[in-house]
Amino acid sequence: MTAIIIVCIYLALLLVLGVVCTRYFRGTSADFFVASRSLGPFVLFMSIFGTTMTAFALVGSTSNAFSFGIGTYGLMASWSGLVHSAVFFLVGIKIWAIGKRYGFVTQCQYFTARFDSPTVGYLLFPILVALVIPYVLIGIMGAGATIEGITRGQFPQTFGGDGAIPRWLSGGVISLVVLIYVFLAGVRGAAWANTFQTIVFVIAGIIALKLIADSLGGPVKASQLVIEHAPEKAARQGLIGRWQFLCYMFVPLSVGMFPHLFQNWLTARSAKAFRLTVVAHPIFIMLVWLPCILIGIWAAAQFATGDLRLPRLPDGSPNANVVLAAMVNQFVESDFLTGLLAAGILAAIMSSLDSQFMCVGTMFTKDIVTRIAGEDRFSDRQTLWIGRSFVIAVVILTYVISLVAQGKAIFPLAVWCFSGYASLFPIVFASLYWRRTSKWGVIAAVLVTAGVWFYFFQESGYGDEHLLLVDWFEENKGLKHPVEGIMPVAVMFMSCLITLIVGSLLTPAPAKKTIDLFFPPALKGIPA
Amino acid sequence: MRKLVWLLVALLFIAHQDFWWWDDRTLVMGFIPLGLFYHVCFSIASGAVWLLALKFAWPSTVEDWALEDKAQSSEAGS
Repeated sequence: MTAIIIVCIYLALLLVLGVVCTRYFRGTSADFFVASRSLGPFVLFMSIFGTTMTAFALVGSTSNAFSFGIGTYGLMASWSGLVHSAVFFLVGIKIWAIGKRYGFVTQCQYFTARFDSPTVGYLLFPILVALVIPYVLIGIMGAGATIEGITRGQFPQTFGGDGAIPRWLSGGVISLVVLIYVFLAGVRGAAWANTFQTIVFVIAGIIALKLIADSLGGPVKASQLVIEHAPEKAARQGLIGRWQFLCYMFVPLSVGMFPHLFQNWLTARSAKAFRLTVVAHPIFIMLVWLPCILIGIWAAAQFATGDLRLPRLPDGSPNANVVLAAMVNQFVESDFLTGLLAAGILAAIMSSLDSQFMCVGTMFTKDIVTRIAGEDRFSDRQTLWIGRSFVIAVVILTYVISLVAQGKAIFPLAVWCFSGYASLFPIVFASLYWRRTSKWGVIAAVLVTAGVWFYFFQESGYGDEHLLLVDWFEENKGLKHPVEGIMPVAVMFMSCLITLIVGSLLTPAPAKKTIDLFFPPALKGIPA
Repeated sequence: MRKLVWLLVALLFIAHQDFWWWDDRTLVMGFIPLGLFYHVCFSIASGAVWLLALKFAWPSTVEDWALEDKAQSSEAGS
């Protein structure tokens, strides 16, 4: 019961924060969509960090380390630390400056103006929205599963069955809480909430590590058990392939094309506000991921010795997704920590969910309604309410879809969403650094990438893990799946890049007027 | 100095592929496997290199340009 009380306190604090934030909300559409471009370094960093970290940072990292060992960190955390900061520095700052100067609020507005082509905007809109929806669903369904896990057996009279709060109810409550603070104060409310949520999930991970280590006799003893009973988890040999390790470099490039991060960048007060984000991002990723990876490999040793019990999947293998919860429940046995951890997981989920709700609502408002009706058709107050209405519609729609999708394996879709965004990264990079990029090159690149993405997606059985050249690696290197292979994202990325370059060179260059607008001498200084 | 910063960034991309201790299970400080310790250091090094980038490769003209008069703004934004 203590655990659910802690979660309720956490949710109540978020609502209080939302109400407090309304005192600073300026009541304009600019404040609702981009916080009047006024966020300082600390809130900007916490907001961006909270948005990029999902439930996977706590739950997925632990379960992956349980299955694939320490290589999980290098595969995802250290690549993300390096690549995310590079994207913030090389893309984010320029996008902020262009957005600030020309008043852009969405990616489609930017691409439409940069390539002087509404077709580019209309082509990208459905793709960007379609890729973000599964990502939102994962958040809502993950939140429901988290609450169900910590309340199992506690409310048999009320809910029957296993006595857990059902997912439809907790998913609905989480969506409602996010909706309230986003509705009240827009992106500013989301940024403030993200700041609080980021603090919660960083602290939850560190406390979980400390208490679990203590219960196992200290970190030295816990790791020694890994060497004795699950030694393969302390290295990468046989668990992760070197090509796979390299290919993961492409996945974090997705942050360059995430529509919700694009909107976050535009909230910065100044270019200098990015400085903290660029430097602190890799360090904070380390603070979140290191505890989870250690808990994951310690869990592998405890499972090997029979001290950790895990539910089995239909194929007989242990359910790695519940490793973190099982370690807390079986070794710490603290309702307080269970509650804190649940709040931490919800914080990681909700800090992404709010930005995603906001961005989809913003895109429908700016890229569809005001684009078709005309900027001057609505007063500022009307635009604000159109934005709010779309946010409500998006929350309701995704919540209903999450109810229909319950029980379906939606989590593997996350990698495909990330891969889709990452594959389109050459477009945003070229738009900022290559004057010759033409609208036809972009249109061709989007269509080819979408085609290649869909081909691999259906080859994977619509969302399962999929590696390429597996047979080649097995025949020539003696390596077996899933140890070695090329990730589809590498091929999709290269398809986009090559099509973009060839398509742009074969078609007319952009007009000089457009180039002058987007390539002023002042923006030359970013690369060496 | 700018070129050195970008060279360091490029080196980080190469240094990420630490195949030389792919199968080494040594525990650093008694509890962190070597491969994990290396990548934790890699994360800290990434932060340090980006700090150098801010110091020596900061685009100082961007801010002024973004805040200049908006004469051309409506042209691009329309």
